[in-house]
Amino acid sequence: MPLLRDHVDTDQIFPARFLTTTERTGMGQHLFFDLRRGNGGPEAPFILDRPTMHGRRILVSGENFGTGSSREHAVWALMDFGFRAIIARSFADIFYSNALKNGLLPITLAQSAHDDLIAALEADASVAVTIDLAATAVTLPSGGFATFHVDPFTKRLLLDGVDEMDYLLTQREAIEEFERRHPAAIDTRAFPE
Amino acid sequence: MNTPPRTLLSKIWDSHVVNATPGHPDVLYIDLHLAHEITSAQAFAELAKRGLRVRRPDLTVATVDHSIPTHDRSLPIADAAAADQIALLARNCWEHGIPLHGADSPHQGIVHVIGPELGLTQPGMTIVCGDSHTSTHGAFGVLAFGIGTSEVGQVLATQTLLRHRPRCFAVRIEGRRQRGVTAKDVILALLGRIGLKGGIGHVFEYMGPAIDAMSMEERMTVCNMSIEGGARAGLVAPDDTTYEYLAGRPHVPSGAAFESSVSRWRGLPSDDGVEYDAEVTLDASTLEPMITYGTNPASAVPIAARVPDPEALGNPAAREELHRALRYMGLRPGEALLGHRVDVVFVGSCTNARISDLREAAEMIRGRRVHPSVRMLVVPGSQSVKRQAEIEHLDSVFRAAGAEWREPGCSMCVAINGERLAPGQYAVSTSNRNFEGRQGVGGRTFLASPATAAACAVAGEIADPRTMEAGR
Ligand code: SF4
Repeated sequence: MPLLRDHVDTDQIFPARFLTTTERTGMGQHLFFDLRRGNGGPEAPFILDRPTMHGRRILVSGENFGTGSSREHAVWALMDFGFRAIIARSFADIFYSNALKNGLLPITLAQSAHDDLIAALEADASVAVTIDLAATAVTLPSGGFATFHVDPFTKRLLLDGVDEMDYLLTQREAIEEFERRHPAAIDTRAFPE
Repeated sequence: MNTPPRTLLSKIWDSHVVNATPGHPDVLYIDLHLAHEITSAQAFAELAKRGLRVRRPDLTVATVDHSIPTHDRSLPIADAAAADQIALLARNCWEHGIPLHGADSPHQGIVHVIGPELGLTQPGMTIVCGDSHTSTHGAFGVLAFGIGTSEVGQVLATQTLLRHRPRCFAVRIEGRRQRGVTAKDVILALLGRIGLKGGIGHVFEYMGPAIDAMSMEERMTVCNMSIEGGARAGLVAPDDTTYEYLAGRPHVPSGAAFESSVSRWRGLPSDDGVEYDAEVTLDASTLEPMITYGTNPASAVPIAARVPDPEALGNPAAREELHRALRYMGLRPGEALLGHRVDVVFVGSCTNARISDLREAAEMIRGRRVHPSVRMLVVPGSQSVKRQAEIEHLDSVFRAAGAEWREPGCSMCVAINGERLAPGQYAVSTSNRNFEGRQGVGGRTFLASPATAAACAVAGEIADPRTMEAGR
């Protein structure tokens, strides 16, 4: 699904007023909420609501996708709605790492491949793209391939279905050893009165 | 043997690496974790699901700021979801032994305001929080950055994170600011210069005479908005200004222990001759009060500027984006910003709600009236800021002028606490984000300094704080 603009920020993806939730499921209903109601611009209906876009799993966008707040809710909402990958020209740092931690693939292609993809989407918004994580390659509508980069360590975790928390928990001895030579500067429990 | 010169960033990084495996991100130790109500619940739930405990409650501290209303604390919280979220944070903290500066604590406040003021933020540390403006703490020579909720869970359980070493971006601010030009204007000007993604993958290190001359609170304002330039963190090398600020704060050691900390901290600044991955220089003496016209913080221009014309842009995507932003803002290309209608003025947020910010706004307001068509909210950053302001009678200055004097919290910066703009309203805000809908659905935000915001409140339109001062 194309969302061909730059700087799609996390306030657009998941408006702040829904942040009072303490769950992480059911967030898809708030995805792009204000854009979908037509408050944000002239698009009506917003592309997400077009019948031909139902069931889309890849979102294609422009520069600096996910800029703004650190809210992971943006990633949860995209995934809850059904997206599994975002192909953008570039990503904001925090969004990028939040996405990977939840198995939402943030993909950046070479400029020419991204241009081709966008041209194909502009001609027909329903063209198909496939992503192969093991090969770190995308099959473009033209039939061509484009490779993308995922940090090898993260790729290993994703393919093995291990998450970062599992990995960090294996570091326990190293952490304890570090704490012995790095005494804490503060104790938050020593309450100032 | 000569060790190669290192940056402040490298020194902090090197001393926090728990495990470095080639080809893997480093396991980085976190000295302080700040928690608040809106990005922690799912992380505590994750710990419960895995049967894990919080590893270091003594390195964790929580407060409520985002969704708590800033009206009178004796009133109930109208939004049930917000009330539940706040109650859940209290329960999670209690279960794990994490100290909580809750709604009735004398230390409650915006997480990035209370860390420094309690002396929890100390040079050379690593600090994280599930909030992107954690970069604020970098003003103390601290590597401080925002994290997502999955990472909040990782830090709660292991006190570590997986991270690749970021690159370091030298931001030199030369010269001296002119009268009427604030720290907020400096950072807005920088954002206007480097854009929203100039800093991606980097940590900014701010340096140069204009930074050296700044107070800690001004440095915090600058570091706060590093994230708006795409950098996860911003740093200022600690110096005597830093040590003076810290001396005597509750969590800072005293006496000989303080002296020994200071001598350790003196080794932190970047070594002479060190190389940076990127550099930019700004001359503070040429800067003017700044304001944004668009829907991202990099759309900052001198206050007397006119709204730019999208048609003058070469890049079609940028042209379309600017058209879209101007449509949202209801602004015409070529229109002057000065004199534009203002409905709400918000003085607050982790960018500009410390005591010096309130003094700056109060100075402008003193003896004047908020324009009858304007609602002005003044929201102190913490209980401690509020107490100090009341000692100085700043609250009376604001009240006498017709402004609202409120309880500490994020308030209209994030608009999830009942305090928000109505569709179509224009706000001049001292906060850090002007995205579509950030301050309320359909609300339109001009970002500016506290002095500018206060001048606009009086004028009822966008006004230059320098002319208002002169016209007194
Ligand atoms: S004041 Fe605004 S930017 Fe700062 S922590 Fe609160 S919501 Fe975030």
